[in-house]
Amino acid sequence: MTWLVPLPVVMPLLGAAVAMLLRRHPGLQRGVSLVVLGATLAVAVALLALTATGEPLTVAVGGWAAPMGIVLVADRLAALMLVVSAAVTLCVLVYSIGQGMAGGNDVTPVAVYHPAYLILTAGVTNAFLAGDLFNLYVGFEILLAASYVLITMGATRSRIRDGTTYVVVSLLSSLIFLTAIGLTYAATGTLNLAQLAGRLDALPDGLQLALQSMLLLAFGIKAAVFPLSAWLPDSYPTAIAPVTAVFAGLLTKVGVYAIIRTQTLLFPDGPAANVLLVAALLTMIVGILGAVAQSDIKRLLSFTLVSHIGYMLFGIGLASDAGLSGAIYYVVHHIIIQTTLFLAAGLIERRGGSTSLDRLGGLARLTPVLAVLFFLPALNLAGIPPFSGFFGKLGLLQAGVAEGGALAWILVAGSVVTSLLTLYAIGRVWNLAFWRTPRLPVPADRVRALPRLMVGATLALVVLGTGLTVVSGPLFDVTGRAATELLDREPYVRAVFGEAP
Amino acid sequence: MSPNLLLVIVVGVLFAAGVTLLLERNLTRVILGITLLGNGVNLLILLGGAYGGPPIVGVTPEPRMSDPLTQAMILTAIVITLGMTAFLLAMAYRSWLLTGHDNVQDDVEDRRIRERAERDQGLAEPDDEEPAATVAAGAPR
Repeated sequence: MTWLVPLPVVMPLLGAAVAMLLRRHPGLQRGVSLVVLGATLAVAVALLALTATGEPLTVAVGGWAAPMGIVLVADRLAALMLVVSAAVTLCVLVYSIGQGMAGGNDVTPVAVYHPAYLILTAGVTNAFLAGDLFNLYVGFEILLAASYVLITMGATRSRIRDGTTYVVVSLLSSLIFLTAIGLTYAATGTLNLAQLAGRLDALPDGLQLALQSMLLLAFGIKAAVFPLSAWLPDSYPTAIAPVTAVFAGLLTKVGVYAIIRTQTLLFPDGPAANVLLVAALLTMIVGILGAVAQSDIKRLLSFTLVSHIGYMLFGIGLASDAGLSGAIYYVVHHIIIQTTLFLAAGLIERRGGSTSLDRLGGLARLTPVLAVLFFLPALNLAGIPPFSGFFGKLGLLQAGVAEGGALAWILVAGSVVTSLLTLYAIGRVWNLAFWRTPRLPVPADRVRALPRLMVGATLALVVLGTGLTVVSGPLFDVTGRAATELLDREPYVRAVFGEAP
Repeated sequence: MSPNLLLVIVVGVLFAAGVTLLLERNLTRVILGITLLGNGVNLLILLGGAYGGPPIVGVTPEPRMSDPLTQAMILTAIVITLGMTAFLLAMAYRSWLLTGHDNVQDDVEDRRIRERAERDQGLAEPDDEEPAATVAAGAPR
């Protein structure tokens, strides 16, 4: 069944080409995108089921065996990430189709949206499956190139301004990543992750630390870790709603995934873990303080996004079985929740004519449906029991307490404070936008009804996010085994080199 | 194989010049900086591989072959940098069409919050970045 492994990369790329050819037939184009992403989701689920045996699936691309050729590796972590990302991209696609069909001043119906969106998906899946440092770089570049097109879609004045920040910062992080790759190759003579795992261990400590910090710097920019996070709240909010949602949900998590992969496979017990813990604490606190100060819903959500990256780093920094398991669970939970909240923000913008808290008001009475769609994921983000956010935070806190030590306890305290401040920030949005009486009458021409397809897609994600609560137990089983597998390193290396192609 | 000192120095100069240009506000200069930096990185990757004759079996004896992998990686990196540079140039042109210059502006929301904070502390001052922006605006024309 290893032939399934390359499909999540190949299918969206081919789909993008077909969608580009069909640019004059919007109906067919939508159909192609939906079919391709639906098939990607199905393949991802199949991969997750197949990796449940504990043996990662590998494919040597072009038949060239491991150290020479490029390998794609689907282990439990990669398969889990594939499933979540495919589900989220499919829902966001349905949302954007709803938005595009309904029209409106926010949308620019350009034919390039669908191809760019599919290429973005291919880049994300390639990054998850890459068994090679250079292939990981290529995956990043594919998704970044597509994201540049998506974030500047329509090329209005504000999108060009904010897009410039995004593009330049992303290019810089890519160059840093490329430098790190060059140095790693010079030091070890290989870029295959499984082979690097053995060869990096033999290097002197100082050199290992230098390579690790270069890689962490590059991934830290992509994952928006404080102090490398300032670009994110500046650039994400101006893009169209579905683009912001998918960026917020997926792109930073690809960075987090890369950190998890390199930390566990390449540098299992490096001295950088404490640095990661400090960065985690600062990311949480500084991010959430930024969110409290904002008066625009999209910017506020961008800051909570930065802040909650800290939780994942916390788990990675602990480097224990429980910590890593909690971090992976939190990534899954956060991808879904953050995307849902941004989609809901898009609906708010459509219904209320703005996302500024100074203008909005009384939405709970106007559209009870929208109120529910915002309220559930918002509570979930803040970690109110019984939602999945609560279990994610609980898992991380338990791992922190089990670890002990001053730094771990400070982080436990920081997590609780951040959680409370998130509740405060989210509560502010709720009070101002939904509960109070409207302050200014909204101009009638800016208020539009909510298309069913947009509401349906958001509702599907809300159900998915809330459903995580019900399957928390099995999901923690999966993330726990994925964490054990990652810390073991043995299955990954054996899968790449063990069996003859 | 000892590394070529001249190439190492060139890499250093390219990195330094690239980073200096990246710190500019003007997008055209930022693009030049990224190009220089990209070339520096490519040279750095080249230095990481073995130096020697063409890596073709039968032409060069195996111990004296150069490393083909670094060159393959550089080719990929060059293509990617080319595409990104083209995109950035298009953005700079679009920015020039829309605003008459290609300087990267401060974020509106950031500026609002900063001004509010200054007002709260009673330090409200006129924005001193406007003159600099208008002076530099003449450059790309």
